[in-house]
Amino acid sequence: MMHNLPPKPKRSTFKTVRNILIGVILAGIYIWTFMGIDIDFAKAVDRMTNNYARIIPKLLDPDWSALSDVWAAMVETIYIAFAGSLMAAILAIPLGFLAAQNMTNNRVLTTIGKWILSAIRAFPDIILAILFIVVVGPKPFAGVLAIAIGSTGMLGKLYSEVLESIDTNVVEAMEANGANKLQILVHGILPQITPEFLSYAIYRFEIDVRASTILGIVGAGGIGTLIVFAKMNRNWEEMGLILLMIIVVVTVIDLISTQIRKRLV
Amino acid sequence: MTEKEIKKTSTQSPSVIPLKAKFRVTVIFFIVLAFYLFSSFKTESSITEFIDGIGNMGELFQKFFPPNLSLFQAIWPALADTIQMAIIATTAAGILCIPLSLLAANNVTTNKILYNIVRFLLNILRTIPDLVLAVIFVALFGIGALPGIIALVIFSLGLLAKLISETIEAIDMNPLEAMQASGANTIQTIYYAVVPQVLPQFTSFVLYVFEINIRASVVLGLVGAGGIGQILDQQIKFYEYPNAMGIIIIIFALVVIIEYISTKVREAIV
Amino acid sequence: MIEFKNVSLTYPNGTKGLKNVNLTINEGEFVVIVGLSGAGKSTLIRSINKLVTATEGELLVDNENILTHKGKRLRSLRTKVGMIFQNYNLVKRSNVFKNVLAGRLGHTGTLRSLFNLFSKEDRSLAYESLKRVNIEEKIYNRADELSGGQQQRVSIARVLTQKPKYILADEPVASLDPPTSHQVMTYLRKINQEDNITTVVNLHFIDMAMEYADRIIGMRAGEVVFDGPASEVSEKTFEEIYGRTIREGDLRGGTEA
Repeated sequence: MMHNLPPKPKRSTFKTVRNILIGVILAGIYIWTFMGIDIDFAKAVDRMTNNYARIIPKLLDPDWSALSDVWAAMVETIYIAFAGSLMAAILAIPLGFLAAQNMTNNRVLTTIGKWILSAIRAFPDIILAILFIVVVGPKPFAGVLAIAIGSTGMLGKLYSEVLESIDTNVVEAMEANGANKLQILVHGILPQITPEFLSYAIYRFEIDVRASTILGIVGAGGIGTLIVFAKMNRNWEEMGLILLMIIVVVTVIDLISTQIRKRLV
Repeated sequence: MTEKEIKKTSTQSPSVIPLKAKFRVTVIFFIVLAFYLFSSFKTESSITEFIDGIGNMGELFQKFFPPNLSLFQAIWPALADTIQMAIIATTAAGILCIPLSLLAANNVTTNKILYNIVRFLLNILRTIPDLVLAVIFVALFGIGALPGIIALVIFSLGLLAKLISETIEAIDMNPLEAMQASGANTIQTIYYAVVPQVLPQFTSFVLYVFEINIRASVVLGLVGAGGIGQILDQQIKFYEYPNAMGIIIIIFALVVIIEYISTKVREAIV
Repeated sequence: MIEFKNVSLTYPNGTKGLKNVNLTINEGEFVVIVGLSGAGKSTLIRSINKLVTATEGELLVDNENILTHKGKRLRSLRTKVGMIFQNYNLVKRSNVFKNVLAGRLGHTGTLRSLFNLFSKEDRSLAYESLKRVNIEEKIYNRADELSGGQQQRVSIARVLTQKPKYILADEPVASLDPPTSHQVMTYLRKINQEDNITTVVNLHFIDMAMEYADRIIGMRAGEVVFDGPASEVSEKTFEEIYGRTIREGDLRGGTEA
């Protein structure tokens, strides 16, 4: 039986070469990864079978007597996150304006602004915390500073994107009216950006609550401090309570913040 | 118009912002401010201390600088571990999230109970910080890369499944109907009608999660879960600040390079 | 042969989609169902391949009551009943050939289809189908690069590749302009005559119904209110079916290009 097969698809040599190249690079990366990584599965499985009974059931059986301590530490975590986010929300405003193309009519300045913001974002919060502990000592304030700086990177970027997407017709109309720069800012730009700025700041607060929970691991205050103690003392019942506390509080804050943000925009 | 009449009309002129809204905004502003001051007090944040701290910065500079970048060769193996952990974890999460995100998409999983259970579990998964997961897995499996990888997989799984299930919920359902009407089974329908629509975003999100995993795996070592963080932790504990700063700068460079590549690839895909 | 025996359909929200429908559609017929939107045309057509399930009565396709079909038997019913949709329902990001091959999925094993291993026969069948609707030169274009009329032709090719015994077309021309509409209807008619495929089409344009149909079924509020050969139909009949006078929007206009 004769089959009338369709013509073979025409592929440009560029695409073929590109696809082969992508394949080779990917294969190379994975070969490098699996050759390089050194995991002793037998040992790990062996340890897990030994440790399982000492850890997992206890995690699921929280130690309620520690509730007041854990709660106090969680509240401190929220303070850190709040103080840090608010500082960031304000610090990010000038940086956001600097990095926004249509606000700073200067390519060099905009690029510098964008570079600063992405440089900040490249630092994990914990590393910032380590640095600030050296500056102000191992206490919650170091955590606040780490959160503040860390969040500024992301908020500044989001702010600049909001600014770049505003309706410039309004600004033009006001310029035509003879309004000065400050008047344009207050009456033309602020009303457009305020809801979104606030919404992003609250969103970042959500993230910061999560981020603050681990700052204590390096000594920057909050519930992470208890995590370190619970781990050192192998007090897995308390760890279970800490975990539960984080899950509940983070979930509740997420829910509230989502509701507020829905109303804002 | 008499003077009296003018006065009357001027009091009647409406204020630009309604009084009620003004009042509400003021109240919210003061609540936020009060809570901020309270938080600052509770966390012992004070400007004076910060300025003192900035003074210490000079000292800090002396401590941290000049960063010792010559240790790049010495820490390369640990850095490679960090990257490899992120690659393995992202790959595993990318595979595991496929069934999960299908289950968490309400246009594919029409069973409401199942859908809600999966959503609930994913939400919980995302609330647990990766470092806390790492602490637990290090206790379970012992120090090394494995607990770090598992912590990353679990954490990124929650994030990835959420992002991808949202993409699936936004797809065009018409082709699915056509496939079903032509007698295709569920797996064929998903493969032919869902996969082509989701694939570009899927790849983009996987790369995004890879960026996050690189940043996360850098610090996992602080709790003994392998990679560069473990060396950083040691150097700080031994007060080897120039070495620590060198490591931090190298980490910074790594994150920036990987984010740059990943962003470029993602722009090319979508 | 498709037989409706006292078929009724009530949606979960209580809406009546079909009320006591009795119909027999014979082999090779080209039937056009007309009625206002919401009259139950779509419900009627979709109950034949069980995209919606009738709640009462019996619906026989080739003497099998399909209302109880599930899983494998349902899929095998669907492989012999092809369907064409108003919005073409192509995977927009996939190329034309892959979309057309998707018509073979019901005949292809799951594992084979996951690796795109369609047999030579299937691939040449898909190509032949594209040729029959004159769109073979677009074979490797992405579906979203085509115009609406071209996409609908691709979806006809997909149905042809399925080698169906029946074709259901749910408002196939509602999103198209008059010349393209006639083109699509002409293809459907030609396929019906050449391959002797029983075809059921939903339309709300009465001039098109009269031009292409062998037989016209009129529906109103879930009931069949008219059933007769197209030759017996006049504008008056439509006024009875629609329950109002004919307006310009009820006509597609234009002639076969």
